[in-house]
Amino acid sequence: MINIDEQRVALNKNGEEMLNLAHKQVQLAYEAFTAFDTDLAEEVLLKENRINALDLRIEKDTDHFIALYSPVATDLRFALALLKINYNLERIGDQAFDIANHTIDLNQKLVPELVDRMQFKLMFETLESMFKDVENAFLNENLKVARKVFKKDKIINEINTKAFDIVAEDAVKSPELIRQYLMALVVMKKFEKIGDLLKNISESIIYFVDAEILKHKKKK
Amino acid sequence: MESRFISEINGKKNYNNTMSAIMLKKPEDAKIEAPIDEKYKLQTKDVNVFYGDFQAIKDVSINIKPKSITAFIGPSGCGKSTFLRLFNRMNDYIEDFKMEGKIKIDDINIYKNKIQLEQLRKEVGMVFQKPNPFPKSIFENVAYGLKIQGISTKKLIADRVEKALIQADLWNEVKGNLNKSALSLSGGQQQRLCIARTLAVEPSVILMDEPTSALDPISTSKIEELIYQLKQDYTIIIVTHNMQQAARISDYTAFFYMGELIEFDKTKKIFTNPEKKRTENYITGRFG
Repeated sequence: MINIDEQRVALNKNGEEMLNLAHKQVQLAYEAFTAFDTDLAEEVLLKENRINALDLRIEKDTDHFIALYSPVATDLRFALALLKINYNLERIGDQAFDIANHTIDLNQKLVPELVDRMQFKLMFETLESMFKDVENAFLNENLKVARKVFKKDKIINEINTKAFDIVAEDAVKSPELIRQYLMALVVMKKFEKIGDLLKNISESIIYFVDAEILKHKKKK
Repeated sequence: MESRFISEINGKKNYNNTMSAIMLKKPEDAKIEAPIDEKYKLQTKDVNVFYGDFQAIKDVSINIKPKSITAFIGPSGCGKSTFLRLFNRMNDYIEDFKMEGKIKIDDINIYKNKIQLEQLRKEVGMVFQKPNPFPKSIFENVAYGLKIQGISTKKLIADRVEKALIQADLWNEVKGNLNKSALSLSGGQQQRLCIARTLAVEPSVILMDEPTSALDPISTSKIEELIYQLKQDYTIIIVTHNMQQAARISDYTAFFYMGELIEFDKTKKIFTNPEKKRTENYITGRFG
């Protein structure tokens, strides 16, 4: 039988691959949406299959790991956390897939002023920073970095809340752009969801490293 | 009122006034009273054990709650079996054995000179790694301890044998063949018979030294289920090398390493987030 550490390294590698793939999908979806690049949007749709396949592989491998190695303590927490992280990454992939689909459905470039006013760029940059923190925390078991994600998610939530008011205000002034406003709100909500999912992943990393359960806790 | 165990185990001079009066009259009806208002059934304080110059147990203090299952785990030679056998003084016969510290059962120091070993071993039953039935009938195996105790009423012995076999979850399998040789039973059945033999004399503590290591998974599962059920009435300590078994059946787990008690905590804690790195490394199979 292969050493349990070797099994963990292999599972970790799969997790890292899933993390990179989901991150890349979000980057492509953002670019596709803000630049109205349907080729990129198509690429996101196509790569969704890879995310789904990797999701299944991680689930299967983790099931085998639990069944064959009966992990306990840190090994058990690792396996349970990986299943949750994988689930959340797959859902991030779904959000990117939806954004790409909305880009194609909208069939036009968003008015640049709207993109600016709704702070899509700041939201994306914050998400990028959260992804980097999650990657660092996952690979280096770094609790301090994992906790940074919670604060950054609050920035995402604020941008999302403001976006609603901006749309309500601007839609009255330019009713001909109502379709763009609505679509921008829907997509904004998808990015906000990605922030929530990254926060969930951070919670799982903290659980795995420190056995601390942060789920449903207000103060993190 | 002082419990029967406390009176008997002390070998008290006034032992006659309560206990022996019952014993003389009708020993089989004597009922062991559970300790009242006592938080712990078993307590050890600063226990050290030596075999000649070799120190097998180092300063171990532990408190075990009544009607709980405690698992002793640790690599071979860590002292867990030695420690287990202190509770019924089974190490006393080993040459050069020396014990320091206190071991109390129901608040009575069992290493006092006046302790009656027969009574202690009646109170603290033991099940061994390998099933060890006597080359006698199934019935005689279970009745053996009762007869040693001086119980002679046939009806009472038959009742106790039946009760013990039911408790050991063996009755339905052997009730038609009680006169059959115990050696004709399967390994798993033999081990349950040995548990029935232990239960027949109505102990309050049961020590188990790797009771399933010689059994197949089905028999192991039956014994584990049985141990779990016995917890309702008995305080159980089990030595096991099977981590999953310790995790499945015990309430508390004690990890020993090189004679030291490294960690003692609720089993759920030990197997999800142990305090000590050495415990984690052992239970995750990284050393030992």
